[in-house]
Amino acid sequence: MSEHRTPSVELEAAALSFGDRTLWKDLTLEIDQGEYFAVLGPNGSGKSTFLKTLLGLLPLSEGAVRVLGDGVRRGNPRIGYVPQQRAFGPDTPLRARDLVGLGLDGHRWGPGFPSRRRRARVDELLERVGATEYAAVPVGLLSGGEQQRLRVAQALASRPRLLLCDEALLSLDLRHQSAVSQLIEEYRRESGATVVFVTHEINPIIDDVDRVLYLANGRFTVGSVEDVMTTETLSRVYGAPVQVLRVDGRYVVVGSQAASEAPGNDCHAHDVGGEA
Amino acid sequence: MPIDTIAPSALAAGDFLGRIFVFDDYGALFSLLSQSIVAGAVLALIGGFIGTFVMMRDGSFAVHGIAELSFAGAALFLFVGLDVITGSLVGSIAAAAIIGILGARASHNSSFIGVLMPFGLGLGILFLSLYQGRSANKFSLLTGQIVSVDAAQVSEMVIGAVVVIGGLLAVWRPLTFASLDPDVATAKGVPLRGLSMVFMLLLGVSVALSVQVVGSLLVLALLITPAAAAIQLTASPVKAVVLSVVFAELSTVGGIMLALAGSLPISPYVTTISFLIYIVCRVIAMMRRRLTGSGRISAQENQEEPATSRVH
Repeated sequence: MSEHRTPSVELEAAALSFGDRTLWKDLTLEIDQGEYFAVLGPNGSGKSTFLKTLLGLLPLSEGAVRVLGDGVRRGNPRIGYVPQQRAFGPDTPLRARDLVGLGLDGHRWGPGFPSRRRRARVDELLERVGATEYAAVPVGLLSGGEQQRLRVAQALASRPRLLLCDEALLSLDLRHQSAVSQLIEEYRRESGATVVFVTHEINPIIDDVDRVLYLANGRFTVGSVEDVMTTETLSRVYGAPVQVLRVDGRYVVVGSQAASEAPGNDCHAHDVGGEA
Repeated sequence: MPIDTIAPSALAAGDFLGRIFVFDDYGALFSLLSQSIVAGAVLALIGGFIGTFVMMRDGSFAVHGIAELSFAGAALFLFVGLDVITGSLVGSIAAAAIIGILGARASHNSSFIGVLMPFGLGLGILFLSLYQGRSANKFSLLTGQIVSVDAAQVSEMVIGAVVVIGGLLAVWRPLTFASLDPDVATAKGVPLRGLSMVFMLLLGVSVALSVQVVGSLLVLALLITPAAAAIQLTASPVKAVVLSVVFAELSTVGGIMLALAGSLPISPYVTTISFLIYIVCRVIAMMRRRLTGSGRISAQENQEEPATSRVH
């Protein structure tokens, strides 16, 4: 397994801009298979657009991108996607198992006829994320944590080689954050799949992360957590003085620039819940 | 009971009920109007099917907007002496296409639909006032009438039903995905805009056909109420469609059969039955929520599914 393998993600001199606003440019990067890669940065720094380019939803303005050895294309079944938690209306005609089932064959044409195999696969996925108990409950009645477990099951349905998570832990309490991030890490270890996790809070996943891409103000840096999360490095990325504090194994970024991501608060804690 | 002991108000009430429920010569009328019943049953099938997707996409307002332009189209064709069903089809497909082009999600275009609706209604009123023919035709465009359905129109409706239901079956899974879970559907490569367009066109056909029974003002009773009632009872997408079709059939066929012999239009019967079904479903949902405490579906339905899968 130690011989050279095709990287999961390759970016070459990639740039993304909207009109005259450049989110990032000259981004050259390889993410190895099986790597846990975090994308950090304040709001509007282009974290989510980074994922969109990998999903083939947004073309690069410059440069080239390859995913799993191929050019990007929409609906690549080898990519799983875990979105940020979003409330469902209480009357939404969808049960927990249906949400997972959409990840399995929701993109296919036709009505889809029930089969024993499909049912067994959905049951297996539900069990994997500990959701068997509420398999038949309407999604609108589930808690945020329960929904995100289902999101993981939904994303794993196609047995992806690359798992893209977009703020997947946002608005969850600490207990559910750790439960959901554990499910993602378990899958990575078992399957050797790559995880790219976009987040503005690194702390819930800090033990799993191999490398970090930190985006801010059109600049970026790539490296290990220890290398990136320092006062010097982030001050350089932000182009303004910020302070990185390490408290009890957790990182807090303080500074007027970092504050722009949380208006009215001049201290952006990377783990707000950590103090609780 | 001697007649003079009945209070005048009771007499009036009896007369009122007599106007609503008339069953003289029912058998003869039934065979005469069996075509209308077939037409109603076909429309209810369409309404029950597409209504579930309207619910998923939060598209009630779009249905109403399309119905107003469908009315304008029908009025225009009536005025110039062409087929009214074709007219309503032209109007509603034009409206559906415009709404579909403007936005993939209902929330983005509700103000536009609000703008479109009075314009359509105004156009319809203009054409109707220019029309020189029988006034009964005018009124039925708004409030519906099905007694004059002929064989050609029934086959037109059957073709419409095949198109709508066949179309919905073809896009069933991606449309469900795109409607209920747009973020992940996009990531999975599901074409949201294209599906939105297809759905709006199918909705346009459904509205145009439904206008024939309940009229453009009351289309919601056929396309919204049965599905809204169904999702009170179940969160399973398949069961929701089945229940929605059953409720639509009960309201439409039941309404037509009650209205057959009387002199009143069909629509109040249809709307009242579907409204009552909705109320009953809401009460059941409320009681179920209270009984289970958590608001989640009853424990036995909860356990049923994993248990059966374990048997295999």
